[in-house]
Amino acid sequence: MERPRYTVTATPHIRASDSIERTMYYVLIALAPAAVMGVVFFGLRALAVIGISIASAVIFEALYQKLTRKPVTVKDGSAVITGLLLAMTLPPALPLWMPVIGSFAAIVLVKQLFGGLGHNFLNPALAGRAILMAAYASPMTVAFYTPNVWGSVDAVTSATPLLLMESGVFTPSAPDFLASFAGNIGGSIGETAAFALLAGGLFLLVKKVITWHIPVSFIASAGVLAFLLNPGGVSGGIALYHILAGGLLLGAFFMATDYPTSPVTPVGKVIFGAGCGVITMVIRLYGGYPEGVAYAILLMNLAVPLIDRYTRPRVLGIKKRGA
Amino acid sequence: MKRGVHPPENKETALTPIRYFFPRNGAEMVYPMQQHIGTPCEPIVAIGDSVEVGQKIGDSDAFLSSPVHTTVSGTVVDIRTVITPTGRKSNAVVVVNDGKYRDHPTCNKAVDYKTLSRGEILSYIRECGIVGMGGAGFPTHVKLNPPPDKNIDTVIVNAAECEPYLTNDHRVILEEPKQVMLGLEILLHLFPDAEGIIAVEDNKRDAIELLKKMIYSPKVRVMPMKTRYPQGSEKQLIQTCLKREVPGGGYPMDVGCIVQNVDTVIALHRAFYRGRPLMRKIMTIAGGAVLNPGNYKVRFGMSYRDIIEAIGGLKRDPHKIVIGGPMMGISHYTFDIPVTKTSSAFLLFTEKESKIPPERDCFRCGKCVDYCPTGLMPLELNKFARADHIGRFKEYNGMDCIECGCCSYICPAKRHLTQSISTIRREQLAARK
Repeated sequence: MERPRYTVTATPHIRASDSIERTMYYVLIALAPAAVMGVVFFGLRALAVIGISIASAVIFEALYQKLTRKPVTVKDGSAVITGLLLAMTLPPALPLWMPVIGSFAAIVLVKQLFGGLGHNFLNPALAGRAILMAAYASPMTVAFYTPNVWGSVDAVTSATPLLLMESGVFTPSAPDFLASFAGNIGGSIGETAAFALLAGGLFLLVKKVITWHIPVSFIASAGVLAFLLNPGGVSGGIALYHILAGGLLLGAFFMATDYPTSPVTPVGKVIFGAGCGVITMVIRLYGGYPEGVAYAILLMNLAVPLIDRYTRPRVLGIKKRGA
Repeated sequence: MKRGVHPPENKETALTPIRYFFPRNGAEMVYPMQQHIGTPCEPIVAIGDSVEVGQKIGDSDAFLSSPVHTTVSGTVVDIRTVITPTGRKSNAVVVVNDGKYRDHPTCNKAVDYKTLSRGEILSYIRECGIVGMGGAGFPTHVKLNPPPDKNIDTVIVNAAECEPYLTNDHRVILEEPKQVMLGLEILLHLFPDAEGIIAVEDNKRDAIELLKKMIYSPKVRVMPMKTRYPQGSEKQLIQTCLKREVPGGGYPMDVGCIVQNVDTVIALHRAFYRGRPLMRKIMTIAGGAVLNPGNYKVRFGMSYRDIIEAIGGLKRDPHKIVIGGPMMGISHYTFDIPVTKTSSAFLLFTEKESKIPPERDCFRCGKCVDYCPTGLMPLELNKFARADHIGRFKEYNGMDCIECGCCSYICPAKRHLTQSISTIRREQLAARK
């Protein structure tokens, strides 16, 4: 006799409608305004860097998974995000073959070789950028444009405000704040438009893709250090400019919050964010580089397993935190 | 309570009154001897015996046990091993219903608890076969008899009903609020120094208002709670109501509490005021495959197959049968299971409702940590469980898991977190015994 077959599973029998894809698409939506502003200020060249970076990231992921006979997962959107994030950290005038090298490093070396989505211990986009920085230091530090709405072909290369501040030849004045808030300053493609990054970050917070812990502790600790340690004496203005200019907002909302490479516990997230902020400012103020966000996050990435281990939430009914 | 989740409620069945039906004449009524936590009963009737409604047919000398009664009159035709709603095997007495519903002489004798000693009250509760109706089935007379060094200052009536779909507690409050109050009075008689709290989630506004109107004593209050799963879990409930934490591995009595499900309280009322042993269950029957979803008063012993027939059949063949709520209920492969004291809801899901997407790799979003009501790290426990790292599993407090299912529910990668954790946890609990 044919008996009807019923599905038998362990509990629970319902699941939230959330998914990896949805999370990734929310991140893409959140990144879009800043990326668009990058194209607005740095022109088609920026668009080309973004396009090549995303395309090569997706192709490398698919190729690697094909060759290693794994299911091809490029549809989950994570490779697109890695490509886009990488492009957003690159100078717009970079030779167009360089993002391909960066994407290869990010996707193949950092992400797939360690097991793919969720298994990498470094932020792939930032690791890709760091490798480019080490290999091609000169274009990576000078290939910046002066922003020029709908940038023309003969765009002028210029130094970033952070570089000028580092060399002590520039102190921001009132119009500079407005410019950096709008994104009308020199810098990497996706890092200049503070308002767009803040809007995207807010969107992620509202959609509960990220929590406040990492961005707030990152920005706050960097701001406080910039305020206290400014070589020209304590200055609120300089502190604010440090937050708005450079990659700090991009890093705080979109890089440091990368799931696989950030802590999962609330306390851990605060420690992680604060650590990122401190290292960023130490590099900016005392190091050889004008910008330290990328290295700060990469260094803190390495501490994540340790941070998680010692910041376990307190278990209900058990007095001691952890153990 | 901290954290927790809020799944779609699907509580439309709260709108219609509880319906009632008799078991079919000639139906086989199956009474498992294990319907509670503790030692199984032994049958005290033999094949061929004629039995009456409310007659005790199984009992045990053990301390942690609770007798079993018939719910129909008829003839004992078999004593055999069956599968219970908890998925375990149990010896069972099988009675064929003669449809006459002759009451046993021990039934229908109201008992004035105020004239009884504490011990007499407890032994009467035991005699009536009352166990926790929240689903676990812990014998009530044992729960109401904490060691003398435990100073009980609060009796909490659990009417949180936090599981989606379930509305049986909600309906029973709306229809029998007086019985809730009188039942609670019995509990407060046993614990004269305690105050009574009736804890209800705030998605049951009408029940809260009704109970507030019925309050008879300054020692009793109704506490509305935020609608959030697993608010009705004992430890979480105590945390919400009293800001006290039951110590790991401990019991509510360790923090001065007794928690009783609202339907258990009504069962106490029925035992003392009407002399009825525990014989019925209010059951939410819902899910896309059910033709007439709603709440039904069901006599123990009926098979789920007979229930489906009695309530008008199915809309379509279900894909999944769940006994209990969708978060913690047990899925079954057959309808041929008897209703017992620990049966709660009965959910018949369509293919769409029972769809669970494939498991993917964890990408460490940390949502399971953000939502775990106990404060665990399910992603880590899952890793340890799968690798059989028992030491690390215990170090990360895996044994304190309440198996509520929040982590699996919320996980965007659809990891089977609860499953892996509860498997190891239960293995370890079994090894401890």
